[in-house]
Amino acid sequence: MSSVDAWMTYYQARAATLPGAGTPWLDALRKQAIDRFCAVGWPTSRQDGWRHTSLALLQQQEFNDAVADANTQSVQEQLADLRRGEAGHWLVFINGGFVESLSDIGALPQGAVVMPVSQALDAHSDQVQALTGTEEDGPAPATLNTALAGDGGFVSVARGVDLSEPVHLVFFTVGNGNAVFPRNLISVEQGARATVVEHYLCADAGTDADAAAILTNAVTRTQVARDASLTHMKLQVENEQAYHLAFIDAKQDEASVFNSHSMSFGARLARNDISTQFGGKHCETLFNGLFYVNARRHADHNTLIDHAHPDGVSREYYRGILADAGRGVFGGRIRVAPGADGTDAVQRCDSLLLSRMARSDARPELEIYADDVQCAHGATVGQIDEDALFYLRTRGLDDTHAHNLLTYAFAAEVIERISLPGLRDRVTGLIRERLPGGAVLGDI
Amino acid sequence: MTMLEIKDLHASVEDKKILKGLNLTVNAGEVHAIMGPNGSGKSTLSQVLAGREAFEVTGGSVTYMGHDLLELPIEERARAGLFMAFQYPIEIPGVSNAYFLRAAVNAVRRHRGLDELDAMDFLKRAKEEMKAVGMKEEFLYRSVNEGFSGGEKKRNEILQMSLLEPTLAVLDETDSGLDIDALRVVADGVNRLRSPDRALIVITHYQRLLDYIVPDHVHVLSDGRIVRSGGRELALELEERGYGWVKQLEAEQAPQTGAAV
Repeated sequence: MSSVDAWMTYYQARAATLPGAGTPWLDALRKQAIDRFCAVGWPTSRQDGWRHTSLALLQQQEFNDAVADANTQSVQEQLADLRRGEAGHWLVFINGGFVESLSDIGALPQGAVVMPVSQALDAHSDQVQALTGTEEDGPAPATLNTALAGDGGFVSVARGVDLSEPVHLVFFTVGNGNAVFPRNLISVEQGARATVVEHYLCADAGTDADAAAILTNAVTRTQVARDASLTHMKLQVENEQAYHLAFIDAKQDEASVFNSHSMSFGARLARNDISTQFGGKHCETLFNGLFYVNARRHADHNTLIDHAHPDGVSREYYRGILADAGRGVFGGRIRVAPGADGTDAVQRCDSLLLSRMARSDARPELEIYADDVQCAHGATVGQIDEDALFYLRTRGLDDTHAHNLLTYAFAAEVIERISLPGLRDRVTGLIRERLPGGAVLGDI
Repeated sequence: MTMLEIKDLHASVEDKKILKGLNLTVNAGEVHAIMGPNGSGKSTLSQVLAGREAFEVTGGSVTYMGHDLLELPIEERARAGLFMAFQYPIEIPGVSNAYFLRAAVNAVRRHRGLDELDAMDFLKRAKEEMKAVGMKEEFLYRSVNEGFSGGEKKRNEILQMSLLEPTLAVLDETDSGLDIDALRVVADGVNRLRSPDRALIVITHYQRLLDYIVPDHVHVLSDGRIVRSGGRELALELEERGYGWVKQLEAEQAPQTGAAV
């Protein structure tokens, strides 16, 4: 049985119990999506954008339903840790299901809606349908998500409303052997503002070689209306049994702002497809990314910024730290459509290799069909700067401290662009705990 | 008390011989100036003392406070009280000056068996010293040397020196690229540090700095060896006669290859 057939079987066994089952448009969409996925299959390394990330091993894995009661102590501790010092509205999902008892949605301004998609299917069905899109959106894994989409966050902010506190969507995978398909829908209407943070975490999972794999296949669809502003952050911290495939897709109207921050600490395989399309003049976007991959982890970011209209501004800065036998991949495409004059785009990807076994592949792609544009791009791969190391040591810092400090410093530029202080500290902490002897850095 | 004793030091970089039998003795409380033309080995000497790995010591010895300095790792030299002010201080984007300075101070304090300074105590002390070298507080929160002007970088070196309270400080062309005001600040910083327990080695191309930091001994370095030593007046003589004179001195010494000066 091919891996595609297994997913058809998986779908057939669960279609009747998925969120929104019995809703005609959604049932039809899921059916179309699974048919399309089975026809197209998983991306292969011959496909554009998948050359350095192979899903062959993923296809050999089998996935089952998750254990029923997964609200474990470890989940509660991690959540408490996450919430410490960080305000906002919290929606918690364990193994794909919304957990009301762990969630905490505070007072919302009039016109703002924050709830799980499973509830929005009834309460805001038209909007859910409009945001969900079609089975043809995104790469094949996103199509599989459409077929099997579970719960996720629904955030809708009405015209002119400022949802000042961030919405945190926390996804825990508990145990081994299960697959989850989060689907998040975000709409920020004219002149409105919002910040949404997605956290992906694991708990109580075996991580030895025999432990069964975990799959998270997530899709986030976003609409940012005219003059609106959305900051989207994603923090992915999963274990070495995890496969993580995510598709984040924004549609921007005139003069809107979409800021994307993606912080990935890898997994057995983590792949993020992030794209935005400018739907009018004067759109702005920031793609800020950091990946830190150690052990035998793999992290891939594949991004697309589509300057479909004039006078758009995009800034894309990715940094990767590759330790041990870790592998990082960055593919960044910037497309400037015919007539999109006045486009101003900058793209950079810099990688720091900490080991001889580590590897980084960066592939910037600029497709420019307009004349009056400013586009700059660059990619570097380097090692710790010997001069800086020497300088720090002449001031009494030992070799470990100096190395760790310079590694952190490399990431700092990306971290500093994160506007939420709690999240900045968290990313710093995650780096510190991964660096050998990183505790020496202390409060930085 | 002899603080530093360099005997017949030979050093190479990328197989090119730079130091060719350098001898120098520095006692506590003394200020030594080492002058010489470009390429004479001034910077190599400071790099070797600080422990730069690219410079290979091929002969001779360096004894610091009774220890074999060349055996000590870079950071242990620093912790043992050796400080080098860089000719070209390194920029470290992403590390705040405050973090860097405190980490350095505490690394040295730990070695000396003192309690580490907490953030509050450190800031208090750093601000005092910054005032003395004419640095604004904002420099604490900027990345180390990043975007600093030449003068600001040198002030930052002097700030580090003041905070680390070294036993032996080596200033590698700290005067290069400084205007007269910055030069005074640097010199004041150095002079404040002068004490009977400390020694200073001022490496410079120009006599100018020595108007402000008056040395006890002046040495002329040429082709990897000290070709003449004297008092303050030697610097003035060198200024007057120019480095062409050094070539003559070197020629006069040529037959004594390898011998102590």
